[in-house]
Amino acid sequence: MAAEDLPSEFDVVILGTGLTESVAAAAFSRVGQRVLHVDRRSYYAGNWASFTFSGLLTWIQQHHEEPLPEEAQDWSSLLEEGEELIHLSHSDCASIRNLQVFCFTSEEDEEEEAPNTTEEETGGAAEDSECADSTEEETKETGEEEEEVREEEEVREEEQTTPSAALRQSEPTKKKISYAQLLKEGRRFNIDLVSKLMYSRGSLVDLLIKSNVSRYAEFKNVTRILTYRDRQVEQVPCSRADVFASRQLSVVEKRKLMRFLTSCVEETEEQRAYNGRPYLEFLRDRQLGDNLQHFLLHSIAMVTEDTPTEEGLASTRHFLRCLGRYGNTPFLFPVYGLGEIPQCFCRMCAVFGGIYCLRHSVDGVVVDRDSNRCKAVIDSRGQRITCSHFVVEEGYVAADRKRVATPTRFLSRAVLITDGSILPSDSDQQVSMVTVPPIAAGCPAVKMVELCSSTMTCMPGTYLVHLTCQSVGSAYEDLSPVVTRMFRTPESHDQETCPSVLWCLYFNMTDGSGLEAEGHNLPSNVYVCSGPDGDLGHELAIRQAESIFQKILPEEDFCPPAPNPEDIIYDGDNTSSSAGGEEEKEENDGVAEEEKQEEEKEMLEEEKEMLEEEKEMLEEEKEMLEEEKEVLEEQNLQTEE
Amino acid sequence: MHGRVKIKSTAQQEEEKRKEREKKLKIYVAARDACFSKRKEGIWDDEALQLTQQLLSSNPDFATLWNYRREILMHLETVKDEDEVQKIYEAELSFLESCLKVNPKSYGSWHHRGWVSARLPRPDWARELSLCDRCLSLDDRNFHCWDYRRMVVKMSGVPVDQELGFTDRLIGSNFSNYSSWHYRSTLLPLLHPESPEPPSPCREPPHSSPPPSPQTHSHRVCEEQLLKEYELVQNAFFTDPNDQSAWFYYRWLLGRAEREEMISCVYVSRDEERVAVAFSRPVNAQSVGLLLVLDGQPQRVEWRSVHPRFKHSPVWICDLPPGTISDITNEHNLTVHWTEKHTHRDCALYTGRTESWCRDSATDQELFRSELSVEKTSVLQSELQSCNQLQELEPLNKWCLLTIILLMRALDPLGYEKETLAHFQTLKEVDSMRSAYYGDLCSKFMIENTILKMEYAEVRVFSISDKNLTTLCHLDQLLLVTHINLSSNQLQQLPPQFAMLQCLEVLEADNNSIENLEGVYHLPKLEEVLLKNNKISTLADLQPLASCPKLKRLDLRGNPVTQTANIESELAELLPSVTDLLL
Repeated sequence: MAAEDLPSEFDVVILGTGLTESVAAAAFSRVGQRVLHVDRRSYYAGNWASFTFSGLLTWIQQHHEEPLPEEAQDWSSLLEEGEELIHLSHSDCASIRNLQVFCFTSEEDEEEEAPNTTEEETGGAAEDSECADSTEEETKETGEEEEEVREEEEVREEEQTTPSAALRQSEPTKKKISYAQLLKEGRRFNIDLVSKLMYSRGSLVDLLIKSNVSRYAEFKNVTRILTYRDRQVEQVPCSRADVFASRQLSVVEKRKLMRFLTSCVEETEEQRAYNGRPYLEFLRDRQLGDNLQHFLLHSIAMVTEDTPTEEGLASTRHFLRCLGRYGNTPFLFPVYGLGEIPQCFCRMCAVFGGIYCLRHSVDGVVVDRDSNRCKAVIDSRGQRITCSHFVVEEGYVAADRKRVATPTRFLSRAVLITDGSILPSDSDQQVSMVTVPPIAAGCPAVKMVELCSSTMTCMPGTYLVHLTCQSVGSAYEDLSPVVTRMFRTPESHDQETCPSVLWCLYFNMTDGSGLEAEGHNLPSNVYVCSGPDGDLGHELAIRQAESIFQKILPEEDFCPPAPNPEDIIYDGDNTSSSAGGEEEKEENDGVAEEEKQEEEKEMLEEEKEMLEEEKEMLEEEKEMLEEEKEVLEEQNLQTEE
Repeated sequence: MHGRVKIKSTAQQEEEKRKEREKKLKIYVAARDACFSKRKEGIWDDEALQLTQQLLSSNPDFATLWNYRREILMHLETVKDEDEVQKIYEAELSFLESCLKVNPKSYGSWHHRGWVSARLPRPDWARELSLCDRCLSLDDRNFHCWDYRRMVVKMSGVPVDQELGFTDRLIGSNFSNYSSWHYRSTLLPLLHPESPEPPSPCREPPHSSPPPSPQTHSHRVCEEQLLKEYELVQNAFFTDPNDQSAWFYYRWLLGRAEREEMISCVYVSRDEERVAVAFSRPVNAQSVGLLLVLDGQPQRVEWRSVHPRFKHSPVWICDLPPGTISDITNEHNLTVHWTEKHTHRDCALYTGRTESWCRDSATDQELFRSELSVEKTSVLQSELQSCNQLQELEPLNKWCLLTIILLMRALDPLGYEKETLAHFQTLKEVDSMRSAYYGDLCSKFMIENTILKMEYAEVRVFSISDKNLTTLCHLDQLLLVTHINLSSNQLQQLPPQFAMLQCLEVLEADNNSIENLEGVYHLPKLEEVLLKNNKISTLADLQPLASCPKLKRLDLRGNPVTQTANIESELAELLPSVTDLLL
């Protein structure tokens, strides 16, 4: 939508559509604040976004291009007496670095290629990722059309060649998915930039439920917790059913584990005695044995060996509290990827009148010199928009506004597309959380999430694997040793049984958790949202959004439940077109919010009616029940024969 | 505030809802009345089908309407051809599914579903099974669904092994489920019977296999499978030792075959000209076809139980016509036939003998302890070891303690007596609510041990003093005992069953809390009763003793009854045979 006619006054202007900003936007809009929510990018969710395969390639491309140093425009004409302008940064390339892409599968899927050819080819690619990128772009163009024609031929071809192929190779001939196929099926991928899971009793889930935003998305259970130990992937038994079914644990270990977990739930004097001492020590003194100790430290508490006991116990408790609410593990994952979540909150904001513009930025913040408060913002089109508060994603804040120049912390990320699960089981639709303890001293502990195709994040026959850790070196340096050990890549040795990596991406992203401590040199009514942090859950983002909201509207409820559509009173006759009396404007990839809202309203109304009906009948029935009983007995006798 | 969503007030909402409700109610009542009147007129048409459907889909617990519906469907069966009937019933099934969504525990819906499934010309059992699976995955304790599922399995002949796999799955997802464990216990004996014969073919549906006769079918499971089951159930109780369902299943696994039905003892006494017969279970001798043959001549005798209280009893007695066996120089051969069970027992009374018996002792019958094979012993030993291991981890878990006691009894009841007693002590402490139960159970085990000891020693003296007995049991096993010592226990009564001690001459029961002597009843040989320091308080309590003709010596010291006025003369009147009375 062309945004020439944006209103010139808002309560809150929000720049950036990451999770924190989106939650804040929904919260403000929900209590009646006029919200303008803009993002410079052409997609929602910023560094929290999920991309299709080609979308990701485009994103990679964008981050390879050196941004042209943009001339700061002169907006002085829009300023009044006693005002000054704080310029905002235009590029967020600073938050992403060390991008490296590797493709380990054949470009085209003509014939089964001998593994050594692949190795050579990709060996080259590893050295020069730029080169790999450019070829990718080409195949994207050419690959698609040829594909369809060829596919049918292949089937026939395969039938003929299978016997000889089987002779050549001992392993079953499973056709490797080619790069062309990945491109062709690219829309089936939803690849998250951030890899997180939702703790089923974490603050995000609580908020989704409380605010009714959960209705905009679907979720899947993480089905199992795995860990990497002694060069083996093992399942971590964490629920009662898991412990019962586990084949790796002896019955005595089972008892010890269950006992430990039950005893953890409440804080005891015995536990307090270990405060300040490492959790590992506490575990050791419980005489649990190596097996259980590993599970408890790395997979359940997910802490390191020197984490203090109180912290280890707290995260163990959190894990246990989350267990069994929705399934056998503590985690949920949103179908279609994590990028859905910020968008759900944006939708909520829009439903309550928030205005959305993508590809639309804020160039500068107008500050009143005397009060040192933000009076207005100047958008990228040169419109001056008055606002009482300005919320901004950290990536837009110029470096000179950051108070302390401590070196930014980074996260190392890797995204793999593989051809098999890391631990095959009866079902090929497992969603696995994998904890990988440091593989050598000084190495970071890696959190890995393996997604199957039913999460709608990858094409059938593939798995999408996300690896995350705190950066020590570059993402490639940190994560490729783990990848090489656990998967089959050209660099790995003797790992016939491991799943093959078809394609992978390494990159570093700024760790948002560093921001809070540092702070910014900005007016008091400008609020900065940090980007994603390295934690598995979403606590930081939700906490930040809530605290920004509380600072601005301390009296108001944060994201109260949305009312039932039937209870909303509409003004006059325009009930069909407007939900809140305020006109909605959005650029939401053609998703018509209002229509959706109307539909939902109708459905809910129907449901309500049905419920009411049932209730009544039950009431009515109670009276008749007495009478019925007699009849029943009589007739049962009749029908029995 | 600007842009804030306006919401209806609660009063407004209430009012609207009330109006809606009234409207709905009117429609409902009208439909109901229409149904009733149609039924009264005997109309079985499609409209009635629709009306009942409308009502039932919102209220599936309306039994009258289900009945009406069945009437209509049965009528339709007579007028439509098979394909149409099939269609009607299929529609009925999908309608029922929607009813089950409204109330998954509606008796009416499930019953109707069973009825429809049974009448469906071409039933689709696979679909029904998957419906049950879905329901059980939502609520694994929905017994309506369990019932229906059993019916489906029976009708469709699902292979037993497949059903076992089904219980595997359910137990895997939540082992705290009695239904699944119990179902397992019914499937395993079919799939892996204990008998040395080859197991019945798995593919055969359970209902078509020959009905196992109660005598030959053991309800037991072969050893190999037992081992697997032990492992499974151990995983459960090590994971959660406080969950009862697994323990109960374990007890079933450890259990032994039901006893064979037989006459366990025939006793004949020349003096009293009386025959006593003991059975392996309580029977009503008057109705089971009991026949007494003396020297080849069937005798017309009157069987009576040892105490008028019992209609069923393991011990029955009869008096022979006077003079039939009283001559000590005669030899007699006696046979008691249990015609109903085609079994009998012989007994010979030789010249010069005043009594005789023929019996299988408790040891012979392996009542309290089976002679275990080496394999079985080692299996039970390792079970005991793992339970001991668990007990070390969970010293206060009552299920574990109780199971250890049972295992010890199966292995060596006498050898483990001391440990057993110690565990009972702990049990009473950790589960004080059930201390009386444990006391009784412990008494039972102590009595069993004493019976074993008595039989090993081949004596007729039963001595069990100072063992904290709270109750008496297995008294049918003491038919031949002449001397019983129960002193220094916590007994409160000598129950009617005590009258089974037909040979008893001396009863020692000092230092108990006995208030009631009901069971000291018509004991023909009883001469001496020692009841020092008990709680007998009235003369009426002593009344049963009057039925024992040979009672000579009675010790009542330390009983409240001794304080009664004129006690001596009253007693002389009540018990004229007593010559030696201690008060």
